[in-house]
Amino acid sequence: MDLSTKTKTTALRTPLYDFHKSLGARLINFAGYEMPVQYEGIIQEHIIVRKSAGIFDVSHMGQLFIKHPENDFSKLSTIIPINFDKLKLHQSKYSFLLNDDGGIVDDLIVTRIDEGLKIILNAACKYNDLTLIKNHLGYSFDIKLDENLSLIAIQGPKAVSILEKFVKGVSKLLFMHGNKFIYNDKKIYVTRSGYTGEDGFEISIDNIYLKNLVEEFVKKEKVKLIGLGARDSLRLEAGLCLYGHDLNAATTPVEANLSWAIPKSLRKNGGFNGDKIILNEIKNNPKRIRVGIAPEGKVIAREAVKIFSKDNAEIGIVTSGTFGPSVDGPISMGYVDFNNSKVGEKLLLKIRDNLVPAKVTKLPFYKKNYAKN
Amino acid sequence: MAERRYSKKHEWIEVNGNSATIGITLHATTQLGDIVFVELPKLQKVFEKDQAAAVVESVKAASDVYCPLSGEITDTNKNIVDDPSIINKDPESKGWFFKIKIKSQDELKQLMTKEEYISYSKENPN
Repeated sequence: MDLSTKTKTTALRTPLYDFHKSLGARLINFAGYEMPVQYEGIIQEHIIVRKSAGIFDVSHMGQLFIKHPENDFSKLSTIIPINFDKLKLHQSKYSFLLNDDGGIVDDLIVTRIDEGLKIILNAACKYNDLTLIKNHLGYSFDIKLDENLSLIAIQGPKAVSILEKFVKGVSKLLFMHGNKFIYNDKKIYVTRSGYTGEDGFEISIDNIYLKNLVEEFVKKEKVKLIGLGARDSLRLEAGLCLYGHDLNAATTPVEANLSWAIPKSLRKNGGFNGDKIILNEIKNNPKRIRVGIAPEGKVIAREAVKIFSKDNAEIGIVTSGTFGPSVDGPISMGYVDFNNSKVGEKLLLKIRDNLVPAKVTKLPFYKKNYAKN
Repeated sequence: MAERRYSKKHEWIEVNGNSATIGITLHATTQLGDIVFVELPKLQKVFEKDQAAAVVESVKAASDVYCPLSGEITDTNKNIVDDPSIINKDPESKGWFFKIKIKSQDELKQLMTKEEYISYSKENPN
């Protein structure tokens, strides 16, 4: 067998790098960072998050802050299609950064905070995003990618009771809402959000206090750290997109089945990048669309597997695929011709030399367990 | 007494006269992590030395398992298809992959002994 999948380059590290190593993590290069892919085993870590709680180091993600003297962010809605004037203080929204053709340059979570906006960006995209946003907004805005801040997620049904012990008041947060909290006399910002399909929180904390917080979780509450491997299987079971795989600059929000994230008024009237293309796709359907795919049997259809219709016409491609530990079987997402996208539609997947039967299936594969607002 | 040999691609080979049983090493399974899918070769299929003969998939990735000797497939382990976790639990015994009828005894000389493999896998962890 060939075990050589890793390449060694000089990589960036998060403040938890040594801690990950001390826990025996296997590290891989992810978006230029040396990140833990697993500690004890992907399946075990996945189940821990579904049944109990786990901690993810996501400090490689970008934390962008935008300020404006009059708190007027309407100019930003050209490239991030949200009604910023309707975004309430401490409310979060999932959205994306769009290019001129309505292609997704990054997907993101934006939160209204006292000082303005806070946007969480994908690690691989953050510097490019910063340039795009700066160029678009111009000089009247104060825009900063804060590299002094780390980000960790605590996810799972027990996340709320565990975090409440250390940070009083977090249990009162609504899903997709945040607030300022105090941890050991230090200011932190916590949102009730995540990317696993479970209830949980994301904690933004100064780099120098991160290790202390994580060590407390691990020592006092026996919470396990979870690697990127389980993060991938958890998000895929929850039907969530991974940028660079399920989304890229050639994908529109309509193709990605993410039109729900564009507010109704903008879906009707436009006024953002690529609005003609996107509004036309909403009205007349896109050529291709993202769907869930369940292969028959146990074989896994991974990224780049070609998809054929039952009469052998090539109709699409798989963009993510793995074994779903909680659904106990293979799961994939991919793009197919809109005409072949109905739930139950029979497909054939070209895996190695075989054509494997599969079906279009509903997303998510695993029911989300978010806190009810 | 059957003797064990090892390949540079992390397969173990148990030779018994003209027959060889092949599987992947403990070192390989540790590197792969949880194995969730296996594809085995068809009976009577003939492979050249170091040709890809089977596939194992962990949660993260798919990897080929090579046939470390030229020969014809005489048996495959259906148990690991039904329950791939057997390979993680017992890679060098119950987790065997397939058996072949050896074509050339000469090829055996190119394989490593256990001691040679242990030092090889330390120097070449991937």
